[in-house]
Amino acid sequence: MEPLSFKLNTVRDTPKDEHLYPGSSMCAGCGAQTMIRLFLKVIGKNSIVVNAAGCMTLLQTYPLSNLSTGWLYTAFACAPAGAQGIRDALDSLIDQGKIPDEKINVLVLTGDGAAYDIGLQSTSAAMDRSLDFYYLCYDNEAYGNTGFQESGATPYASKTATTPVGRVNDIGTLKPKKDLFEIWRAHEPSYLATISPAYPMDLMKKVEEASHLKGPKMFIGFASCPTGMGFDPSLSMRVARLAVETGIWPLKKYAHHEITHTILPKFTPVEEYLKVQNRYSHLFNPKNEEAISRIKEQVLLYWKKFGIVPKSNSHS
Amino acid sequence: MNDLITGNEAAAWGARLAKVDYVPIYPITPQTEIVEKISKWAADGLINARVTRMESEHSMLTAAGAAALAGARVFTATSSQGLLYAFEMLYNISGWRAPLVMVNVSRGLASPLTLLPDHNDVLAARDSGFLQFHAETCQEALDSVLLAYRIAEDSRVMLPAIVNLDGFYLSFTRERVDVPEQKDVDDFLGPYKVKPLSKENLPSMGITTLDPAVYSYFRYQVHEAQKQAIKAIDDATKRFEKFFGRKLKAIEAYMAEDADYLLIMTDSFSTIGKRAVKRMREENVKVGLLRLWALRPFPIDDLVQAVKGKRGIAVFDQDLSPGLGGIIYQEIAGALYGTDDAPKLASFIGGLGGKIPTDLDFEYMVKVLKENIPPNEPHLLMSKSDMELVKKQREIALRGGV
Repeated sequence: MEPLSFKLNTVRDTPKDEHLYPGSSMCAGCGAQTMIRLFLKVIGKNSIVVNAAGCMTLLQTYPLSNLSTGWLYTAFACAPAGAQGIRDALDSLIDQGKIPDEKINVLVLTGDGAAYDIGLQSTSAAMDRSLDFYYLCYDNEAYGNTGFQESGATPYASKTATTPVGRVNDIGTLKPKKDLFEIWRAHEPSYLATISPAYPMDLMKKVEEASHLKGPKMFIGFASCPTGMGFDPSLSMRVARLAVETGIWPLKKYAHHEITHTILPKFTPVEEYLKVQNRYSHLFNPKNEEAISRIKEQVLLYWKKFGIVPKSNSHS
Repeated sequence: MNDLITGNEAAAWGARLAKVDYVPIYPITPQTEIVEKISKWAADGLINARVTRMESEHSMLTAAGAAALAGARVFTATSSQGLLYAFEMLYNISGWRAPLVMVNVSRGLASPLTLLPDHNDVLAARDSGFLQFHAETCQEALDSVLLAYRIAEDSRVMLPAIVNLDGFYLSFTRERVDVPEQKDVDDFLGPYKVKPLSKENLPSMGITTLDPAVYSYFRYQVHEAQKQAIKAIDDATKRFEKFFGRKLKAIEAYMAEDADYLLIMTDSFSTIGKRAVKRMREENVKVGLLRLWALRPFPIDDLVQAVKGKRGIAVFDQDLSPGLGGIIYQEIAGALYGTDDAPKLASFIGGLGGKIPTDLDFEYMVKVLKENIPPNEPHLLMSKSDMELVKKQREIALRGGV
């Protein structure tokens, strides 16, 4: 991987180059696309994206492409294995002196279904082998491309197409969100971070930091999803920002054996985040105090572990 | 070099002589010896290939296909359950037109679990777009790997290939194998032709189409490439004979020319079939044998030629499609249907889980042909002593295993 030739201090330092062009078949307001656009601005077009089945598979529909990078679609479970094959092939040919080392980046791009569920094994193994690659998981907390069904990433009380609300179940998803960050962290990757499309500088700085390191560089991004989560496309960045401000989506990084929170939450009341999304509408009609306070408790419990507590009067 | 080596080692030698750049591996009996051998050669610096241990056959095939597209000559190997675990990727890789070579060491599929060979594993892959070559001997395991590279990488073909060899009967059996000189293999194969990925060459690969006509077009292309592979097999085997003096053909004919009746077989049990043919010939039974080396592409024209004027053909399937019968029988019946004077066909299932066919089995097969016993009903070969063994074990099992 080639270290960057520029420094990111302010938003003005954002590279002007675009590697994700407009005109894809993604939904309006797709948070994932914004993250990919920013991500590629940092690592550049000398990259090959290795994709698993998901929304972003439709970035490339024959004969059209809106990426200036290379692309390989593998299958649902195995994008990290595809990345392994490409890296190994190039390294083998470089070692044998058959080709020069052009520092081509390999970027795995999958949704949460692949990352949290069906592809967890292949991701674990790629990290275990210290594969030199980037992984960007765009996490919209459900199987979005198939119509928003529950995945391992779906949080408690989110309604999905397979965890609908009914007479027997008025909560929707009953389990908490799987902690993929900690699962990945147990593998000691070179770099691991959460990102958000609403915090572009935070996102790009993290990718830039990671670019100096060899080995697995792992990113879990909050993919605000108007279609699945249920809000107007114009609110996409607002929802992504609220996820961070409420403390529900911690922005953090793990590098050199240390977790650092890069943006601290304001502990904005979680209701402000929940009530703008249709997937939580059942919690407000009538108001399900018990479920909402359970969500609050989970948020507080998370931050308490790091000694971060809301100032009095907030998070009421 | 001429040495006593196992079928597994012979297959590994094929990969070594092809100077592969990359070998993703995952262990499974009875294939494991192949990847152990290659790992040792890599550790000793005898080969330049990068060897990577994957976490499943599914990932192994994914890595293999991706690497082949990235510009590396790739070898890999699996067996049975492993092949099925990787199954999704077979179709992807043929669609990618990635010309890698994979050895499948045949083993019957669970359940019940077994380690010994039959061909339900490899024949499950027949519709995937992979080329398929089936070895009869350890020598042929090596030769088939070299030929598979030559055919797979032929610009008319550009498809992945499976070389099949039987577990145990070939994988762990030592035979005298002539290992060709490296220089000759270099000349025979030539360099790998897929352009490596580079700054200037970062294509989009394996992408989606939402148009049925476009999808159809690309799948038809795989079929057209398989048909071209018939010519590529012919060219490659002639070239192989020129380089190494050994003759391989899509279909091998054994004592077939003047025969009235033919057995059709594949893989290592063909050797047992040939012995039975020889013995029956001594009793003036005019019988011969056809052995299919290439199963994909299916050599239809060669088959039609080879059976012309025969009175009856017995197809020995070491596989079973429950509810239908023998897989290869169905393919042969399909190929011959409607041809002039197509001979009578009979279907026999044997060799499942490595059950060795006996002289009596072969005599029975010829008897069925001679006496014109109704066709289309697969005969499930099972002798009296086989049934006695089953009965004995069932009694123990029904007692509670004591």
